[in-house]
Amino acid sequence: MSSPESSQAAISLKDLDISYGDTKVVRDVSFDVATGESFALVGESGSGKSTVLKAIAGLAPDWTGEISVLGKPRGHGTDRAFSETCQMVFQDPYASLHPRKTIDTVLSEPLAIHGIGKRSEKVVEMLGAVGLDQRFRFRFPHQLSGGQRQRVAIARALMLEPKVMLLDEPTSALDVSVQAEILNLLKRLRREQGLTYLMVTHNLPVVSFMCDRMAVMNKGRIVEIAPKTALYDGSFADPYTRDLYAASGGNPDADPEGTASHLKDPA
Amino acid sequence: MSTRDWLLDDSPATLTQANLGRAWRMMTALMRNPLAVAGLLIILLLLATALFAPWIAPESPVGQNLQARLLPPSAEHWMGTDELGRDIFSRVVYGSRITLMIVALVAVISAPLGLIIGAVAGYFGGWVDRILMGLTDVFLSLPKLILALAFVAALGPGIENAIIAIAITAWPAYARIARAETLTFRNAEYIQAVRLVGGSHTRIITRHVLPLCTSSMIVRVTLDMAGIILTAAGLGFLGLGAQPPLPEWGAMISRGRTFILDQWWVATMPGFAIILVSLGFCFLGDGLRDVLDPKQGGEK
Repeated sequence: MSSPESSQAAISLKDLDISYGDTKVVRDVSFDVATGESFALVGESGSGKSTVLKAIAGLAPDWTGEISVLGKPRGHGTDRAFSETCQMVFQDPYASLHPRKTIDTVLSEPLAIHGIGKRSEKVVEMLGAVGLDQRFRFRFPHQLSGGQRQRVAIARALMLEPKVMLLDEPTSALDVSVQAEILNLLKRLRREQGLTYLMVTHNLPVVSFMCDRMAVMNKGRIVEIAPKTALYDGSFADPYTRDLYAASGGNPDADPEGTASHLKDPA
Repeated sequence: MSTRDWLLDDSPATLTQANLGRAWRMMTALMRNPLAVAGLLIILLLLATALFAPWIAPESPVGQNLQARLLPPSAEHWMGTDELGRDIFSRVVYGSRITLMIVALVAVISAPLGLIIGAVAGYFGGWVDRILMGLTDVFLSLPKLILALAFVAALGPGIENAIIAIAITAWPAYARIARAETLTFRNAEYIQAVRLVGGSHTRIITRHVLPLCTSSMIVRVTLDMAGIILTAAGLGFLGLGAQPPLPEWGAMISRGRTFILDQWWVATMPGFAIILVSLGFCFLGDGLRDVLDPKQGGEK
């Protein structure tokens, strides 16, 4: 595990406040994610964790503070140059693919926007990388299952070869066995392509499987930043975090029915 | 492998095959609806009539024969003759060209206009939305025929001006639909994903928003065709649409109303034609809605 001090931060947030209209939903969030690290944002629904991702991606433009990605300060909207360094995978694979476009169109579009050639070869290659058979290439999203759709969404995010991936609960809309496949895929892709992950989840076993460190959010604030080892010994400092840990059933590897029992590293 | 198997292949090998397969599935769904098929046949009949009018019509639509005035329907004159001895059947057949031209031109002008205005308003929201929808509301608040009348009065009577007038009054409804449709998915994740990969607003509107609005638009335009024909006929009836001697159906009814008690066929025959074509468009529109509208389960 690399610490933020020893290498350049992939994502750096300083005093970030985010509002939707007049409502401030995130206050005073600061943390650094090191290059190559996998960092989790944990918290209950409505704690503002997805909003942090959206602000980094440029989809929640109403923020104050500082956001920088790979050393470059972020603007408030989406922009083309940024899209080559950082991409996002959404929560619901049923809502994140255009219903009238084939998989091929979805995957070639980022290349077309950035004027990159050899689209056909790249699409074929990427389908292979995310473990989708070539026969899915010209299907429409309604002809795919949830897990297959999420693979397409991951493939779309990777088409521009970004270094930083924002994952917004990428498995919570999927059923348990498929969750494990997608998590294994994400883990393998990170290893193969040296990606940095910032992952939002409310599932502690997923954190222990995927991530090096975690930040716990409650009511729009970060209450604690802890290493993943805290999940094994329960050494959390903040009372809210301890409650959350207890509510999730303590040590995830001792949890016989949770997601953890389905997760096995394919290596 | 038969053509049908190729079209219905679960794993198409090219984009063309995927799109053709999709079109084929819609076709077969449409063909299962008897009313839609009836509507389609009526429209095809209209197209064929317009295309082959000189071969179908037994006489010239404008050739007068004052010795054969106001003859009732017979074997020689299927729909009788009018006050100048012109064969009404021939006039109705040639009138199909005018009707088709009106319908097609109005659709071509007003549907894309409404679609783009609505999609832009819905996608950007805020003051763009307020300005565009304010404009739309101004047009919507005036009764269609009255507004068309005002435009024709300003532009001068004639078929071209009638078309422009109808098109100007028809687009606001489409803009409303396109806006409502756009609002439902402007914040959808698949739109956000395109923004994230760097897609411009123009690209998102033309490639992602408009394709999702078009199906409801096609349905709505088809259903509106009947109204367009009736408005055109209404303008013709008031003497502000097609000018004599053009065989426009509404103008023909207008001329026939002088004789409606004694020579009923003069006004009734073009009336039948209007009813038939309007019904055809309505049936087809209903069928298309079942096939194209994803909210009605046509997608799966």
